[in-house]
Amino acid sequence: MINYIWFFMILAGVITAASSGNINLVTEGVLKGSEQAVLVSVGLIGVISFWSGMMRIAQDAGLIEFLSRLMGPLVKRLFPEVPPKHPAMGAILLSMSANFLGLGNACTPLGLKAMNHLQELNKEKDVASDAMCTFMAITSSSLTVIPTTIIALRLTHGAITPTDIIGPIVLATFCSTFVAIIVDAIFRHFSKGG
Amino acid sequence: MTVIIQTLSRWAIPLLLLGITTWGISYRVPIYESFVEGAKEGWQTSLRLLPYLVGMLVSIQVFQHTGALQRLIMVLSPLTDWLGFPKEVLPLALMRPISGSGSLALLTQVLETYGPDSFPGRLAATLMGSTETTLYVLTVYAGSIGLKKTKHTLITSLIADFAGFLASLYVVLRFFA
Repeated sequence: MINYIWFFMILAGVITAASSGNINLVTEGVLKGSEQAVLVSVGLIGVISFWSGMMRIAQDAGLIEFLSRLMGPLVKRLFPEVPPKHPAMGAILLSMSANFLGLGNACTPLGLKAMNHLQELNKEKDVASDAMCTFMAITSSSLTVIPTTIIALRLTHGAITPTDIIGPIVLATFCSTFVAIIVDAIFRHFSKGG
Repeated sequence: MTVIIQTLSRWAIPLLLLGITTWGISYRVPIYESFVEGAKEGWQTSLRLLPYLVGMLVSIQVFQHTGALQRLIMVLSPLTDWLGFPKEVLPLALMRPISGSGSLALLTQVLETYGPDSFPGRLAATLMGSTETTLYVLTVYAGSIGLKKTKHTLITSLIADFAGFLASLYVVLRFFA
Protein backbone atom coordinates (compact mmCIF):
# COMPACT_ATOMS: atom_id res chain seq x y z
CA MET A 1 0.00 0.00 0.00
CA ILE A 2 2.68 2.47 1.03
CA ASN A 3 4.62 1.60 -2.14
CA TYR A 4 1.65 2.52 -4.32
CA ILE A 5 0.93 5.79 -2.52
CA TRP A 6 4.60 6.70 -2.72
CA PHE A 7 4.73 5.93 -6.41
CA PHE A 8 1.43 7.71 -7.07
CA MET A 9 2.66 10.96 -5.51
CA ILE A 10 5.88 10.89 -7.54
CA LEU A 11 4.13 9.95 -10.78
CA ALA A 12 1.40 12.56 -10.36
CA GLY A 13 4.00 15.18 -9.53
CA VAL A 14 6.15 14.48 -12.58
CA ILE A 15 3.15 14.35 -14.94
CA THR A 16 1.70 17.59 -13.56
CA ALA A 17 5.03 19.38 -13.77
CA ALA A 18 5.66 18.13 -17.32
CA SER A 19 2.20 19.09 -18.55
CA SER A 20 2.42 22.55 -17.05
CA GLY A 21 5.80 23.03 -18.71
CA ASN A 22 7.63 23.56 -15.46
CA ILE A 23 9.59 20.37 -14.94
CA ASN A 24 12.11 21.95 -12.60
CA LEU A 25 9.39 22.01 -9.92
CA VAL A 26 10.08 18.28 -9.45
CA THR A 27 13.74 18.89 -8.70
CA GLU A 28 12.83 21.72 -6.35
CA GLY A 29 10.40 19.41 -4.59
CA VAL A 30 13.11 16.77 -4.13
CA LEU A 31 15.50 19.30 -2.61
CA LYS A 32 12.81 20.82 -0.38
CA GLY A 33 11.70 17.41 0.85
CA SER A 34 15.20 16.20 1.71
CA GLU A 35 16.02 19.42 3.48
CA GLN A 36 12.80 19.26 5.45
CA ALA A 37 13.56 15.65 6.47
CA VAL A 38 16.92 16.68 7.92
CA LEU A 39 15.36 19.63 9.75
CA VAL A 40 12.67 17.41 11.26
CA SER A 41 14.95 14.59 12.38
CA VAL A 42 17.68 16.89 13.68
CA GLY A 43 15.03 19.05 15.32
CA LEU A 44 13.71 15.99 17.13
CA ILE A 45 17.09 14.93 18.60
CA GLY A 46 16.88 17.25 21.58
CA VAL A 47 13.28 16.74 22.52
CA ILE A 48 13.40 12.96 21.99
CA SER A 49 16.52 12.77 24.16
CA PHE A 50 14.79 14.82 26.84
CA TRP A 51 11.66 12.67 26.98
CA SER A 52 13.67 9.45 26.76
CA GLY A 53 15.59 10.67 29.81
CA MET A 54 12.39 11.54 31.69
CA MET A 55 10.90 8.16 30.78
CA ARG A 56 13.99 6.43 32.14
CA ILE A 57 13.60 8.20 35.48
CA ALA A 58 9.92 7.25 35.52
CA GLN A 59 10.85 3.66 34.78
CA ASP A 60 13.65 3.41 37.35
CA ALA A 61 11.37 4.92 39.99
CA GLY A 62 8.61 2.41 39.28
CA LEU A 63 6.25 5.13 38.07
CA ILE A 64 5.61 3.43 34.74
CA GLU A 65 4.78 0.16 36.45
CA PHE A 66 2.50 2.01 38.85
CA LEU A 67 0.70 3.68 35.94
CA SER A 68 0.43 0.39 34.10
CA ARG A 69 -1.15 -1.27 37.09
CA LEU A 70 -3.48 1.64 37.70
CA MET A 71 -4.70 2.13 34.14
CA GLY A 72 -3.68 -1.18 32.57
CA PRO A 73 -7.08 -2.83 32.94
CA LEU A 74 -8.60 -0.04 30.83
CA VAL A 75 -6.34 -0.48 27.83
CA LYS A 76 -5.56 -4.17 28.35
CA ARG A 77 -8.34 -5.15 25.98
CA LEU A 78 -6.82 -3.07 23.18
CA PHE A 79 -3.40 -4.69 23.58
CA PRO A 80 -4.09 -8.25 24.71
CA GLU A 81 -0.58 -9.49 23.89
CA VAL A 82 1.18 -6.87 26.02
CA PRO A 83 1.68 -8.13 29.60
CA PRO A 84 -0.04 -5.61 31.93
CA LYS A 85 3.16 -5.01 33.93
CA HIS A 86 5.43 -4.59 30.91
CA PRO A 87 6.91 -1.07 30.52
CA ALA A 88 5.30 -0.92 27.04
CA MET A 89 1.91 -0.57 28.73
CA GLY A 90 3.06 2.42 30.77
CA ALA A 91 4.69 4.04 27.76
CA ILE A 92 1.51 3.58 25.70
CA LEU A 93 -0.51 5.18 28.50
CA LEU A 94 1.83 8.16 28.82
CA SER A 95 1.86 8.71 25.08
CA MET A 96 -1.94 8.56 24.93
CA SER A 97 -2.22 11.01 27.82
CA ALA A 98 0.11 13.46 26.07
CA ASN A 99 -2.10 13.19 22.99
CA PHE A 100 -5.27 13.72 25.03
CA LEU A 101 -3.87 16.93 26.46
CA GLY A 102 -2.57 18.12 23.10
CA LEU A 103 1.00 18.36 24.44
CA GLY A 104 2.38 18.81 20.93
CA ASN A 105 6.10 18.18 21.21
CA ALA A 106 5.84 15.51 23.92
CA CYS A 107 3.58 13.24 21.85
CA THR A 108 6.05 11.97 19.26
CA PRO A 109 8.91 11.22 21.71
CA LEU A 110 6.57 9.37 24.08
CA GLY A 111 4.98 7.48 21.19
CA LEU A 112 8.41 6.43 19.92
CA LYS A 113 9.31 5.25 23.41
CA ALA A 114 6.20 3.07 23.40
CA MET A 115 7.12 1.66 19.98
CA ASN A 116 10.57 0.87 21.35
CA HIS A 117 9.12 -1.12 24.25
CA LEU A 118 6.67 -2.87 21.93
CA GLN A 119 9.62 -3.89 19.77
CA GLU A 120 11.03 -5.80 22.79
CA LEU A 121 7.94 -8.00 22.62
CA ASN A 122 7.94 -8.28 18.82
CA LYS A 123 9.09 -11.56 17.32
CA GLU A 124 9.70 -10.47 13.73
CA LYS A 125 11.74 -7.31 14.15
CA ASP A 126 10.98 -5.73 10.76
CA VAL A 127 7.26 -6.47 10.69
CA ALA A 128 4.82 -4.54 12.90
CA SER A 129 3.23 -6.63 15.65
CA ASP A 130 -0.53 -6.56 16.23
CA ALA A 131 -0.07 -4.29 19.23
CA MET A 132 2.01 -1.86 17.14
CA CYS A 133 -0.65 -1.77 14.42
CA THR A 134 -3.34 -0.98 16.96
CA PHE A 135 -1.19 1.65 18.66
CA MET A 136 -0.25 3.38 15.39
CA ALA A 137 -3.85 3.28 14.13
CA ILE A 138 -5.16 4.82 17.37
CA THR A 139 -2.44 7.48 17.47
CA SER A 140 -2.86 8.50 13.84
CA SER A 141 -6.61 8.79 14.29
CA SER A 142 -5.92 11.59 16.82
CA LEU A 143 -6.88 11.46 20.49
CA THR A 144 -6.80 15.16 21.19
CA VAL A 145 -9.36 16.36 23.68
CA ILE A 146 -7.76 19.76 24.29
CA PRO A 147 -6.70 21.12 20.89
CA THR A 148 -4.52 23.95 22.18
CA THR A 149 -3.14 25.05 18.79
CA ILE A 150 -6.57 25.30 17.20
CA ILE A 151 -8.05 27.22 20.12
CA ALA A 152 -5.12 29.63 19.96
CA LEU A 153 -5.61 30.08 16.21
CA ARG A 154 -9.31 30.73 16.65
CA LEU A 155 -8.50 33.21 19.39
CA THR A 156 -6.07 35.17 17.24
CA HIS A 157 -8.57 35.28 14.39
CA GLY A 158 -11.18 36.87 16.64
CA ALA A 159 -13.61 34.01 17.35
CA ILE A 160 -16.40 34.97 19.75
CA THR A 161 -15.90 31.87 21.93
CA PRO A 162 -12.68 30.18 20.79
CA THR A 163 -13.32 27.07 22.92
CA ASP A 164 -16.77 26.22 21.55
CA ILE A 165 -14.99 24.04 19.01
CA ILE A 166 -13.98 21.52 21.71
CA GLY A 167 -17.35 19.74 21.73
CA PRO A 168 -17.39 19.03 17.98
CA ILE A 169 -13.71 18.07 17.99
CA VAL A 170 -14.16 15.60 20.84
CA LEU A 171 -17.15 13.99 19.10
CA ALA A 172 -15.41 13.77 15.72
CA THR A 173 -12.19 12.48 17.33
CA PHE A 174 -14.20 9.85 19.15
CA CYS A 175 -15.71 8.71 15.82
CA SER A 176 -12.38 8.47 13.99
CA THR A 177 -10.68 6.64 16.88
CA PHE A 178 -13.62 4.27 17.21
CA VAL A 179 -13.47 3.49 13.48
CA ALA A 180 -9.69 2.97 13.72
CA ILE A 181 -10.12 0.43 16.53
CA ILE A 182 -12.93 -1.44 14.76
CA VAL A 183 -11.22 -1.57 11.35
CA ASP A 184 -7.97 -2.68 12.97
CA ALA A 185 -9.81 -5.44 14.83
CA ILE A 186 -11.46 -6.59 11.60
CA PHE A 187 -8.13 -6.77 9.76
CA ARG A 188 -6.56 -8.58 12.67
CA HIS A 189 -9.41 -11.09 12.75
CA PHE A 190 -9.13 -11.88 9.04
CA SER A 191 -5.34 -12.11 9.01
CA LYS A 192 -5.55 -14.65 11.81
CA GLY A 193 -8.30 -16.63 10.11
CA GLY A 194 -6.66 -16.58 6.70
CA MET B 1 -13.18 28.19 29.73
CA THR B 2 -10.49 29.57 27.41
CA VAL B 3 -8.48 30.71 30.42
CA ILE B 4 -8.76 27.35 32.18
CA ILE B 5 -7.60 25.45 29.11
CA GLN B 6 -4.72 27.78 28.40
CA THR B 7 -3.60 27.56 32.01
CA LEU B 8 -3.83 23.79 31.92
CA SER B 9 -1.78 23.51 28.75
CA ARG B 10 0.83 25.94 30.10
CA TRP B 11 1.20 23.97 33.34
CA ALA B 12 1.05 20.40 32.03
CA ILE B 13 4.70 20.00 31.08
CA PRO B 14 6.18 21.87 34.07
CA LEU B 15 4.04 19.72 36.38
CA LEU B 16 5.07 16.54 34.59
CA LEU B 17 8.72 17.55 34.89
CA LEU B 18 8.37 18.30 38.59
CA GLY B 19 6.21 15.23 39.21
CA ILE B 20 8.56 12.70 37.63
CA THR B 21 11.70 14.09 39.27
CA THR B 22 9.98 14.35 42.68
CA TRP B 23 8.73 10.77 42.41
CA GLY B 24 12.24 9.64 41.42
CA ILE B 25 14.02 11.49 44.25
CA SER B 26 11.61 10.16 46.82
CA TYR B 27 12.28 6.59 45.68
CA ARG B 28 16.03 7.31 45.94
CA VAL B 29 16.63 6.94 42.20
CA PRO B 30 19.85 8.65 41.01
CA ILE B 31 17.68 10.82 38.77
CA TYR B 32 20.39 12.69 36.93
CA GLU B 33 22.28 9.49 36.02
CA SER B 34 19.01 7.81 35.03
CA PHE B 35 18.07 10.75 32.87
CA VAL B 36 21.38 10.77 31.01
CA GLU B 37 21.24 7.01 30.52
CA GLY B 38 17.79 7.34 28.94
CA ALA B 39 18.60 10.43 26.92
CA LYS B 40 21.42 8.58 25.14
CA GLU B 41 18.77 6.78 23.11
CA GLY B 42 17.39 10.01 21.66
CA TRP B 43 20.24 10.52 19.24
CA GLN B 44 19.96 7.04 17.83
CA THR B 45 16.20 7.19 17.49
CA SER B 46 16.28 10.50 15.60
CA LEU B 47 18.99 9.38 13.21
CA ARG B 48 17.23 6.10 12.51
CA LEU B 49 14.26 8.20 11.34
CA LEU B 50 16.14 10.13 8.69
CA PRO B 51 15.93 7.75 5.70
CA TYR B 52 12.21 7.21 6.28
CA LEU B 53 11.57 10.94 6.52
CA VAL B 54 13.62 11.72 3.41
CA GLY B 55 11.67 9.13 1.43
CA MET B 56 8.28 10.30 2.57
CA LEU B 57 8.89 14.06 2.52
CA VAL B 58 10.51 14.05 -0.94
CA SER B 59 7.53 12.27 -2.42
CA ILE B 60 5.10 14.59 -0.59
CA GLN B 61 6.97 17.69 -1.71
CA VAL B 62 7.07 16.52 -5.33
CA PHE B 63 3.33 15.88 -5.15
CA GLN B 64 2.58 19.24 -3.57
CA HIS B 65 5.14 21.58 -5.08
CA THR B 66 4.34 20.61 -8.68
CA GLY B 67 0.64 21.38 -8.20
CA ALA B 68 -0.45 17.74 -8.44
CA LEU B 69 -2.35 18.07 -5.16
CA GLN B 70 -4.30 21.03 -6.57
CA ARG B 71 -5.22 18.94 -9.61
CA LEU B 72 -6.39 16.07 -7.46
CA ILE B 73 -8.62 18.51 -5.57
CA MET B 74 -10.13 19.69 -8.87
CA VAL B 75 -10.78 16.13 -9.97
CA LEU B 76 -12.38 15.20 -6.66
CA SER B 77 -14.54 18.28 -6.21
CA PRO B 78 -17.64 16.98 -8.09
CA LEU B 79 -17.70 13.97 -5.77
CA THR B 80 -17.33 16.02 -2.62
CA ASP B 81 -19.88 18.59 -3.83
CA TRP B 82 -22.29 15.71 -4.12
CA LEU B 83 -21.49 14.65 -0.54
CA GLY B 84 -22.17 18.20 0.59
CA PHE B 85 -18.58 18.75 1.66
CA PRO B 86 -17.82 22.46 1.18
CA LYS B 87 -15.05 23.07 -1.35
CA GLU B 88 -13.47 25.76 0.82
CA VAL B 89 -12.32 23.01 3.18
CA LEU B 90 -11.50 20.32 0.60
CA PRO B 91 -7.82 21.26 0.19
CA LEU B 92 -7.38 20.98 3.95
CA ALA B 93 -9.11 17.58 4.05
CA LEU B 94 -6.73 16.21 1.42
CA MET B 95 -3.66 17.83 2.94
CA ARG B 96 -4.43 16.74 6.51
CA PRO B 97 -3.17 13.13 6.37
CA ILE B 98 -0.11 14.13 4.30
CA SER B 99 1.44 17.18 5.90
CA GLY B 100 1.09 18.76 9.34
CA SER B 101 2.64 22.12 8.53
CA GLY B 102 0.85 22.24 5.17
CA SER B 103 -2.54 21.65 6.73
CA LEU B 104 -1.87 24.16 9.49
CA ALA B 105 -1.16 26.76 6.81
CA LEU B 106 -4.40 25.88 5.01
CA LEU B 107 -6.39 26.09 8.25
CA THR B 108 -4.98 29.57 8.87
CA GLN B 109 -5.95 30.54 5.35
CA VAL B 110 -9.56 29.35 5.82
CA LEU B 111 -9.81 31.19 9.15
CA GLU B 112 -8.49 34.36 7.57
CA THR B 113 -10.69 34.19 4.49
CA TYR B 114 -14.00 33.11 6.01
CA GLY B 115 -13.61 33.93 9.72
CA PRO B 116 -13.42 31.50 12.65
CA ASP B 117 -17.17 31.53 13.30
CA SER B 118 -18.23 30.82 9.72
CA PHE B 119 -19.28 27.36 8.60
CA PRO B 120 -16.05 26.66 6.64
CA GLY B 121 -14.01 28.09 9.52
CA ARG B 122 -15.63 25.83 12.07
CA LEU B 123 -15.52 22.78 9.85
CA ALA B 124 -11.84 23.35 9.09
CA ALA B 125 -11.01 23.70 12.80
CA THR B 126 -12.96 20.57 13.72
CA LEU B 127 -11.39 18.58 10.92
CA MET B 128 -7.92 19.72 11.90
CA GLY B 129 -8.47 18.86 15.55
CA SER B 130 -10.09 15.49 15.09
CA THR B 131 -7.53 13.90 12.76
CA GLU B 132 -3.77 13.50 12.67
CA THR B 133 -1.03 13.69 10.08
CA THR B 134 -1.36 9.99 9.35
CA LEU B 135 1.60 9.63 6.97
CA TYR B 136 3.91 11.43 9.39
CA VAL B 137 2.84 9.35 12.37
CA LEU B 138 3.25 6.09 10.50
CA THR B 139 6.57 7.09 8.91
CA VAL B 140 8.09 8.25 12.17
CA TYR B 141 6.71 5.53 14.43
CA ALA B 142 7.60 2.67 12.08
CA GLY B 143 10.90 4.28 11.11
CA SER B 144 12.10 4.77 14.67
CA ILE B 145 12.36 1.01 15.23
CA GLY B 146 13.22 0.10 11.65
CA LEU B 147 9.98 -1.63 10.65
CA LYS B 148 9.74 -2.50 6.98
CA LYS B 149 6.17 -3.76 7.00
CA THR B 150 3.27 -2.19 8.84
CA LYS B 151 0.65 -4.64 7.57
CA HIS B 152 -2.81 -3.07 7.39
CA THR B 153 -2.06 0.05 9.46
CA LEU B 154 -2.00 2.60 6.62
CA ILE B 155 -5.32 1.57 5.15
CA THR B 156 -6.87 1.41 8.64
CA SER B 157 -5.66 4.93 9.41
CA LEU B 158 -6.87 6.35 6.11
CA ILE B 159 -10.32 4.84 6.67
CA ALA B 160 -10.31 6.36 10.16
CA ASP B 161 -9.34 9.76 8.70
CA PHE B 162 -12.19 9.56 6.24
CA ALA B 163 -14.57 8.67 9.07
CA GLY B 164 -13.22 11.68 10.94
CA PHE B 165 -13.98 13.98 7.99
CA LEU B 166 -17.56 12.76 7.67
CA ALA B 167 -18.04 12.96 11.43
CA SER B 168 -16.70 16.55 11.48
CA LEU B 169 -19.10 17.57 8.73
CA TYR B 170 -22.06 15.96 10.48
CA VAL B 171 -21.18 17.30 13.93
CA VAL B 172 -20.56 20.87 12.76
CA LEU B 173 -23.85 20.89 10.86
CA ARG B 174 -25.62 19.62 13.97
CA PHE B 175 -23.92 21.90 16.48
CA PHE B 176 -23.96 25.19 14.62
CA ALA B 177 -26.82 24.97 12.12
